[in-house]
Amino acid sequence: MHLLEGEGVCKNFGGLAAVSEVDFYVDEGEIVGLIGPNGAGKTTLFNLISAALKPKPGKIIYKGRDITPLPAYKICRMGIARTFQTVKIFANVPVLRNVMVGSLFGTGKHMSSSEAQKKAQEALDFVGLASLKDTLAGDLTLAQQKRLELARALASDPELLLLDEIMAGLTPTEVAEAMEAITQIRSRGVTVIMIEHVMQAIMKISDRIIVLDYGKKIAEGTPAEMAANPKVIEVYLGEECDA
Amino acid sequence: MKINNLSTTRWVGLGLLLVVLVVLVLLPTITEGYLPVLVTDILKFVILTVAWVLFAAPTGYMSLATGAFYGLGFYIAAVFNGPVPFPIVIIIAGIAGFVVALLVGALTLRLRAAYFCIFTFALVLLISNVVLEVERLVTQTRGRFVETETVEAAYYAMLIIAVLTLVVAWLIRRSRHGLALQSIGEHEEAAAHSGINVTRTKVLVFAVSSVFMGMAGAIIATRRAYIDPGIAFSMNNTFLPVLMAMFGGMGNLLGPVIGAAIFTYIGELLLTRFPDLYMLIFGVVLILAILFMPNGILGLGQQIWAKLRGGRRAPA
Amino acid sequence: MTVLRDIIITGLLLGGIYALVSVGLSLQYGVARVLNISHGEFIMVGAFITYVLFTSSANIHPLISLVIAGLFTFIIGWALHSTLFRRLMDTSPSMEIFEGKSMLASFGLYYVVQNIARIIWGSENRGFVFLNRTVTGAQIPLNRLVALAVVIVIAVAFYLFLSRTRMGKAIRASTQDRTTAGLMGVNIHHVLAICFALGLGLAGIAGSLISTILAIQTSMGLSYVVIAMIVVVLGGLGSITGAMIGGLILGLVSALVTYFQPSMTMIAYYVIFIILLLVRPKGIMGR
Repeated sequence: MHLLEGEGVCKNFGGLAAVSEVDFYVDEGEIVGLIGPNGAGKTTLFNLISAALKPKPGKIIYKGRDITPLPAYKICRMGIARTFQTVKIFANVPVLRNVMVGSLFGTGKHMSSSEAQKKAQEALDFVGLASLKDTLAGDLTLAQQKRLELARALASDPELLLLDEIMAGLTPTEVAEAMEAITQIRSRGVTVIMIEHVMQAIMKISDRIIVLDYGKKIAEGTPAEMAANPKVIEVYLGEECDA
Repeated sequence: MKINNLSTTRWVGLGLLLVVLVVLVLLPTITEGYLPVLVTDILKFVILTVAWVLFAAPTGYMSLATGAFYGLGFYIAAVFNGPVPFPIVIIIAGIAGFVVALLVGALTLRLRAAYFCIFTFALVLLISNVVLEVERLVTQTRGRFVETETVEAAYYAMLIIAVLTLVVAWLIRRSRHGLALQSIGEHEEAAAHSGINVTRTKVLVFAVSSVFMGMAGAIIATRRAYIDPGIAFSMNNTFLPVLMAMFGGMGNLLGPVIGAAIFTYIGELLLTRFPDLYMLIFGVVLILAILFMPNGILGLGQQIWAKLRGGRRAPA
Repeated sequence: MTVLRDIIITGLLLGGIYALVSVGLSLQYGVARVLNISHGEFIMVGAFITYVLFTSSANIHPLISLVIAGLFTFIIGWALHSTLFRRLMDTSPSMEIFEGKSMLASFGLYYVVQNIARIIWGSENRGFVFLNRTVTGAQIPLNRLVALAVVIVIAVAFYLFLSRTRMGKAIRASTQDRTTAGLMGVNIHHVLAICFALGLGLAGIAGSLISTILAIQTSMGLSYVVIAMIVVVLGGLGSITGAMIGGLILGLVSALVTYFQPSMTMIAYYVIFIILLLVRPKGIMGR
């Protein structure tokens, strides 16, 4: 049984088909990369999985259970956590408390305040923000805020983690650190789907890649297969011209 | 050095609070007539303002229904007081406020904030119209007589409810529900994705805040011998707490208390002589407060204090 | 049958007035993003201007003072937006915060305007008699028929304004997408101020009309603004056509309910409102 499955997932905005009959699956323990040009529907797909939007039509199945009608908070408590393309942290709340939102409300189990605080502290240590735990989240740099959002997602004890362009705007060193962190997350038993434009990174750490273009899945396979796939190349580099 | 200062401030604050509480408890025994009535009124607005801020400040959802819940409690006291003992009446008023707020919240808080504002604004008129219609059908009268309570009874009831409101508001702020509320106010979508049942949290806190509004209404009702829907349901009871909160500041619990005290007192002074003029001035003050005092008078004070100390630190 | 005809005419008239008021509110909220709680007070102002001008020694014809009232409230609306709401916009970090603050500021305005009126004119009912005779055959007094005619004229004029003039197109563009409209060369601050001012102008005109057919009080504004809000939700937040349709619907409902049980009219509106929020919150034309 796949950990996560999408069947015939569609989403239209007005007349525009943002996601069009996408079938996909993710298996436990994988790192799956989701790539495609801008506007291909990648973030929309994440939104459909995390219940920010509802597929119309289509089904999302998690651990064998149809989660399509469920609201976002239930999906989080069931074990799917995500970060956002534009960072959505709670600016006027201290860093530790930001992460505690994840551990208090998102794990699906009852957590006492001290348990939640411990878990939040661990997540902060993991992303390297422990020294800033009392700073207001709005006072962090953008890169730090992205790490904070990751910590908050991790604090909710996810089994599946959706990362939306978490490496955008990072320096090469920071990208390498992020890759290392993601690999570590996977080795802790968390399955990861990541949307990325930083090609070297995503090709390097993904077990499998799914490619979207104009809302449709156009290719799927290992990174090596994708790099050689003519449709994928065309989508990124354009057609061969006859000149 | 700084840590020491903070503890000292804490202790001084607590001490002051205790002194104020003792004075308030002893007040009716050491003074007479006018002062307990005035303080009862101040406490009424402390309750209304703190209860309003309790929900509005963290979430940013501005309820305009304060007058509706107040009026509901007011009318319930009018109907039940006498045959039903006073404390029970107050509790019933609180429960009624809770139930109605639960319904209103369940209906509107799952939608955009604008719907909430519009519906709560219409609620005063809605409930007063329903009450009028029921009165017309059931008792064929427009108003009713109320079994009154003494000045002291109303005073102590109001004091107890005011303390209760402040304690509950403080507890909610410190608890995980307070954190949930703040997260909702900061970024509702992210709060939902972090596992917070946003609608349920909003509805519950909104309902809790209206318990106290209903109770305050019930207590004041027992100070009048005769009431009608016009007296019970007034937009003033929605407007004044908003003014007091804006002016006093919504960042903590002290701001609303100060705002309530100041404006109740001024209102009391001017009510008999210039009833229309003073409400006009209050309207202007509200507009000015929104324009120029985003953090209320306390925030303004803090900013001035920080500037005087030549602070390079940003204000809190 | 004449009963039905009278109900329909009254319903259309009331619906037309509700439509005017609600279109005004819709312009203010849909474009300028101000949920104007004081909207009803400017209806009252328009009503009292007409009353004062009619009962004064100048004895000005209501159809003339209608224009005066409309202009007066329009100018006040312009002034208010360019000062108060513009400043609020400039100092608000987000649209959500601006909507909250401007709503509360309009709450303050509600008290300011109503109390100025109360100081000047007191709280009792006022009214004047204008064309109160009935035309042969109809149960409806002439003043109502005239008011209905005026409403239709204004509705047509407004429709033409929106669809044919440049400013009208700018306004329609701004209701759909403010930012893009601005990028397309629309002077958005201009449009916002005009929409807000137009909203108040329509309120003033509506109030003027109301004064010709009903008694007026300084407290009359509240029920109108609540009705306008229900209409705006019914029609769809931000849709001007929706506000017109919603206004007509509520007007007809009102005429119908009033015929059987006048005291239930407001309650009928609330029932519609609650059902709307339960079943289709985005309203008739809502996006």
